[in-house]
Amino acid sequence: MTGETILTRNFERSDSHTLRAYVETGGYRAWAKAQAMEPAAIVDEVKRANLRGLGGAGFPTGTKWSFIPKNHAGPVYLVINADEGEPGTFKDRYLLERDPHALVEGMLIAARAIRSATAFVYVRGEYVEPWRRFSTAVREAYEAGHLGKGFDIVVHRGAGAYICGEETGLISSLEGKKGWPKLKPPFPAIKGAFGAPTIVNNVETICHVPHIVNRGAAWFAALGTKTQGGTRMYSVSGRVVRPGVYEAPVGITLRQLIYERAGGVTGNGRLKAVVPGGSSAAILTADEIDVTMDVDGLKNAGTMAGSAGVIVMDETVSIPESLMVVARFYAHESCGQCTPCRESTGWIYKMTRRIVEGRGRKEDLDTILDVAKRGAGTTICAFYDGAVGPYISYIEKFRGEFEALIPRA
Amino acid sequence: MSQSPETAAPVFSEAQLAEVRRLQALYPDARGALLPVLYMAQETFGWISLEVEEYVATLFGLSPAHVHEVVTFYTLYFRERPGRHVVAVCHNLSCHLAGASGIIAHLKQRLGVDPGETTEDGRVTLLSVECLCACEAAPMMQVDDRYELNLTPAKLDRILEGLA
Repeated sequence: MTGETILTRNFERSDSHTLRAYVETGGYRAWAKAQAMEPAAIVDEVKRANLRGLGGAGFPTGTKWSFIPKNHAGPVYLVINADEGEPGTFKDRYLLERDPHALVEGMLIAARAIRSATAFVYVRGEYVEPWRRFSTAVREAYEAGHLGKGFDIVVHRGAGAYICGEETGLISSLEGKKGWPKLKPPFPAIKGAFGAPTIVNNVETICHVPHIVNRGAAWFAALGTKTQGGTRMYSVSGRVVRPGVYEAPVGITLRQLIYERAGGVTGNGRLKAVVPGGSSAAILTADEIDVTMDVDGLKNAGTMAGSAGVIVMDETVSIPESLMVVARFYAHESCGQCTPCRESTGWIYKMTRRIVEGRGRKEDLDTILDVAKRGAGTTICAFYDGAVGPYISYIEKFRGEFEALIPRA
Repeated sequence: MSQSPETAAPVFSEAQLAEVRRLQALYPDARGALLPVLYMAQETFGWISLEVEEYVATLFGLSPAHVHEVVTFYTLYFRERPGRHVVAVCHNLSCHLAGASGIIAHLKQRLGVDPGETTEDGRVTLLSVECLCACEAAPMMQVDDRYELNLTPAKLDRILEGLA
């Protein structure tokens, strides 16, 4: 299953980031078409395309857009989440560097759909080259007259904090504060950035929009599954022959992705486990990879599509050590606002570390599972729920491997 | 380096103050420009001292406490003077699977410092950081503005030689 590439179709061109290359390959035609469409018609088209958010939550994009209050008199903001940070994910970096005009054009169309005159693009601070490439594309789009006629883009750099990839944490950060997530409701579509109705969309999600306008909702929907249209960019890393970003219809299976696209497993060549959607997704064992990689396919398999970051582990990989590395990440990145998350992430990291170092106690595994299960759903944002995914799944699916490291009393 | 910020009060030039006002005007609330202005301050003064925080606070009509809260929340603002180069090695899962701990050990040995420390000659600050999202080229690190990919000990040595 190779199929047509959409988002990555120009990646092989060395000048793919330039306005010239973008226009030569049909760029800004969708924007011309969208200008003749009513905003409600654009929203409807995106809804019927079954486009789902590709940053992590998988929420239907057109539905999100429709939450902007009708007849709202003040400003409405479009915010692009380019704060890519989910471990195992690197697709938005490719889009910003290799096809930045697709994002600009998608933003023009999205802004028309939600009646926004100003957009902010929040790029993670470490992404210096992607930020430069995208800023250059914005400048070109101003010079070409696409921007500045009722729609402006402000490019904003983050400063190093995973939590700012959470949409309300991102909004806090954009407002000049520490990136603490906000309690919902009110949802950003009602009261978001600077107190105004705001739509926060992921880079890849918006890059799909010009193609939906050009080729129609029915075409896009037919590429995917019943509940999710299109293709998406899978970031594949870890123990595979060809790590990289692979665009595929969302109905591709995890097995196809690993063996047909990424060339199979390295290490000892035998698959042990796979993280299918960034580090916050529950881990799958080698016999759980015949699942489709769409939002609902992975949800039904007890994990999540998340940001589509696929991390592959062969049999020589230590699962307890991997969990320690993941737990260190969540302990470091917890923003500290909610007690269950702030405390549990720190303690669970310490417990996983002592298990790996041979100092574990026999009650540690049950304590981690208990703390993880009780804390889930009790915090302001989804960060802790994301941490709980690996805590529980690594231990429940590979318990024997942890127990083998714990000294018998 | 013309002036040591430890001895001179941190002040932007007129041109920089104009840039601050331009940035502030981009946001519905001028405060939105706080992160970009802190980057400007760091580039100008080398790092974000308490004096720099107080100065930036005056440009926004904010309390120094607010600015301190922001500066300490993010990892890319330096609260002490970093080395002339910052070498940040990813230690997250994909890089871990590709041998990041060996990369860090090699750098520790070559530079004689632990992550979080700066070499005595002020040349390099070594950091061990979370996912930089270049997992397809693990193990990897960021050297100042640049991503360095598919690291090996030999490649590390070449990169270190290039850092003045």
